[in-house]
Amino acid sequence: MSEPTAPEGRREWPLWEVFVRSKRGLSHGHVGSLHAADPEMALRMARDVYTRRQEGVSIWVVEAASITASSPDEKDPFFDPAADKVYRHPTFYDLPEGVEHL
Amino acid sequence: MTVPVSTLELAPSAQYALRLGDDALVFAQRLGEWSAKAPELEEDVALTNLALDLLGQARALLTYAGTLEGAGRDEDALAFLRDERDWVNVQLVEQPGGDFADTIARQLFFSAYQFELYGRLVDSVDETLAAVAAKAIKEVAYHRDHAAQWVIRLGDGTADSHARMQAGIERMWPYVAELFDSDELERDLVGQGIAVPSAELREPWQRFVDDVLAEATLSLPERLWTAPGGGRRGIHTESFGYLLAEMQHLHRSHPGARW
Repeated sequence: MSEPTAPEGRREWPLWEVFVRSKRGLSHGHVGSLHAADPEMALRMARDVYTRRQEGVSIWVVEAASITASSPDEKDPFFDPAADKVYRHPTFYDLPEGVEHL
Repeated sequence: MTVPVSTLELAPSAQYALRLGDDALVFAQRLGEWSAKAPELEEDVALTNLALDLLGQARALLTYAGTLEGAGRDEDALAFLRDERDWVNVQLVEQPGGDFADTIARQLFFSAYQFELYGRLVDSVDETLAAVAAKAIKEVAYHRDHAAQWVIRLGDGTADSHARMQAGIERMWPYVAELFDSDELERDLVGQGIAVPSAELREPWQRFVDDVLAEATLSLPERLWTAPGGGRRGIHTESFGYLLAEMQHLHRSHPGARW
């Protein structure tokens, strides 16, 4: 599908995905998306839209077009094979006697 | 309650707090006009965020002015029950920003001014003013940056955005000189270590604005008229009465109305 055409200089701003790390968080989590002209503006817009209530101490923005995502069509081959491998979870194993603090 | 005297008859310290508070409140009202009307949703939230910062500054300053006055007027009485000639804000903040470029030019000029002002007011011997400034300086630093980013993108953008941004700069420029006017009241308070000498803010202000405009490929108008000013004496421009009418009518129609 081709992009809708617009007069030169009047195109929509690109879409950015926003990731915020909260004060106690160890990693950035996806919080939403927004439109902005360039990365610096996207950061500022993200600050205004997504951290108004002290949600974060660090922001990443990534142009949505740069993200490679798994396809819903590949869901079965991608994820189903893990469904019957219970031994990949720590709960599968019995603790030997005498192990404390677990 | 006694009938309030004219703002211009208040004690100097109360008038000074009112000047800074009126600047913030009128500017907040102007920025709030973009609510639900900004060019993009994201910018809508951004501009109203700035407005809320300014409203917070205004509340603290008007409350303090009322305390200094000592006649029982609170922030609401000062915000909603004063007429045009009793407002002592500079004329720049009351200028309509109907074109987005006008709004951004106004923001650049005023936020750069507030940044220098609060940066020095933190050293005031008046502890309340110093505390308000210490909180506000972080907010204003962001306002100034927000405006600068936009000026650079619009100025150095398309031919159309460049022309409109230049026009915005030229529409707001006549009201810049008033920001740096000093008067006797201010000089008196500067002598006591309370106020900031406005004239001394001009040089750092100019450096910042020049850098932004250069990066934005814009220029300051060399020969343009200067507005006669007088905001600090209660003289205002044509659109100010309409702004007050919109801001005050609810409170005046329903005194004491609450959410």
